[in-house]
Amino acid sequence: MSLPAELLYGRSHEWIRVEGDAVVIGITNYAQDQLGEVVYVELPEVGTGVATGEELGTLESVKAVSEFLAPVGGEVIGVNERLEDEPNLVNEDPYGAGWLVKISGSAEGEDFLDAEAYQQFLEQESG
Amino acid sequence: MNESDQIEKTPLFDEHVAAGGRMVEFAGFELPVQYTSLVEEHQAVRNRAGLFDVSHMGEIVIRGPAAFEFVQLVSCNDHSKMTVGRAQYTGLMYPEGTFVDDILVHKMADDEYLLVVNAANRRKDFAYLSDLAQDHDGVEIVDLSNDYAQIALQGPLAAEVLQPLTPQDLSAIKYYRFVTAEVAGAPALVARTGYTGEDGFEVYVAPSAAPGIWRAILDEGRPKGVQPAGLGARDTLRFEAGMSLYGNDIDETTTPLEAGLGWIVKLGKGDFIGRDVLERQKEEGVERLLVGFEMVDRGIARHGYPVMLDADAGEPIGEVTSGTQSPTLGKALGMAYLPIEATGVGTEFFVEIRNRSARARVVELPFYSRKKSEKAI
Repeated sequence: MSLPAELLYGRSHEWIRVEGDAVVIGITNYAQDQLGEVVYVELPEVGTGVATGEELGTLESVKAVSEFLAPVGGEVIGVNERLEDEPNLVNEDPYGAGWLVKISGSAEGEDFLDAEAYQQFLEQESG
Repeated sequence: MNESDQIEKTPLFDEHVAAGGRMVEFAGFELPVQYTSLVEEHQAVRNRAGLFDVSHMGEIVIRGPAAFEFVQLVSCNDHSKMTVGRAQYTGLMYPEGTFVDDILVHKMADDEYLLVVNAANRRKDFAYLSDLAQDHDGVEIVDLSNDYAQIALQGPLAAEVLQPLTPQDLSAIKYYRFVTAEVAGAPALVARTGYTGEDGFEVYVAPSAAPGIWRAILDEGRPKGVQPAGLGARDTLRFEAGMSLYGNDIDETTTPLEAGLGWIVKLGKGDFIGRDVLERQKEEGVERLLVGFEMVDRGIARHGYPVMLDADAGEPIGEVTSGTQSPTLGKALGMAYLPIEATGVGTEFFVEIRNRSARARVVELPFYSRKKSEKAI
C-alpha cells in the first residue's frame, strides 16, 4: 500500500490530515499490519482535552493491546463511531474509513514526516 | 550465558522464515506467532486444517522395570488400564497436590513411558523426576527433547491430508492412541492428539526429517486450504476448547480439582504424590474454581487483569488467567478462578479493564467443542 502524499506521519506510526483548524488522526498501514486484525477499539469521549504524546485510546488485536498516543494536543471534537461495530476498518482502510479521532489543534511546531521521509524511516526501522 | 539462556531454533526455523512467519521468543525458542493472520490461521484449523511446529515441546522418557510404578507415583491420573499405543493426559504433581506440569503420557512398552511436557517446564520436570528416581530402583529418566521434532496437523481435514503420506491406515488410530509409522518416508510416532479442540495428529520425528515432512504435508494440503499456523492461533484455539495453559490457567499454586480437571484425578488407584491434598479437596470441596466467562460490558479481559465481585469494592479476588476475543464465537471470553460460591453459570462479576469495572458473566466450559457445533449443524 503506497503512502498517501497528502498526509503527515509520526515516528510512532500514526498519520494526521490537517483540515483547517482540526487534524484527523489514524494509524499507518505499517502499524495495522504489525498489530494484526483489530477486534476492539477504545476511543476518547468528545470534549476530552489531550496533550501531545498523551494516551488517546486503545487498539486491541486478538493477541495484544496497544495504546495510541495523541500526535498533536487539543480537544477531541470527533471520533470514528463506526469502529465500535467495525474495528477491522482500521486494517482494511487505515488511511480512510479506519480513521480514529479528530482533534481541534494544530500540527505546527510538531515534528512530522512527509510520505517520502516516513517511507525512508520505515526502511531504516525494518533494515 | 548458560545453556538455558540461549534462544534455540527448531529444525523448521528456515521453513517459518521462508513462509513469512513473524518470529518471537517463546519458552526459549524462536517460533512464529503468526504467518499471514492469526484469525485466518485460526479459522483454517476450525474449517480445514492447520500445520503447527511444536518442536519446542519436551520429550522425557521413563523406563525400566519400575517405570509403571514410578509413573503412577508422580501422576494424578490412573495409568494402570493403558495398553501400549495409548496416550493419556495428566498432571505431574507436587506434594501439595499442585501442578509441576500438565503432560501427555504415552505408553511405549510395559516398561517405557514417553512424557510430552511443556517447553518452559522441560528442565524443571526432568530435574524433579530425576531427583525422585534416585530413591527408586529400576527406573531411568532420560530427556530426549533434542531427539524429537514435533509437527501437529489439526483440523477436520487432518486425516484426509496426512493419509496419502503414510502406509498406515489412519482411521485405525482412535482418539488418544498412537502408532509408529512412516510419514513421507521417515519413521515417525503418529498420535491422534492435539491442543486445538479439533481432530488431528501430532507427529514426532527426528529433527533431520522434520523439514521434509513439513513440506510434504503442506504440498498435500495446500490445494485443500491447509496452511501453517503460529503460536497465536494455537493459543486462541486451545482457549476456545477450554484447555488449560500452564503458566496461565494452571501452575504450581493450583490443583487439578480447582482447575476443573477432576477427571484426571483418580483417587482409587492407590497412593501418589499430592494425594492427601486432593483427597481432602474432593471430600470438603474446593474453595475456588476455574470458570469460563463472557464479557457483558464492552472490553476484552486479558491475562492478569484483576477480578472483583462488586463493581466498586476494593480488593480484587483474583485475576483473569486467560482472555481474548474469540475468533470462532466473536465474543470477548476469559477464564478466572472465582470463590466457589460465585462460580454458578450466570453469576455476574467484574473485570478491571484499564481502571474501569466491566461486567462479566460465568458461562460453561468449554466455550467451543466440535461435538456441540456438529450437533448445531
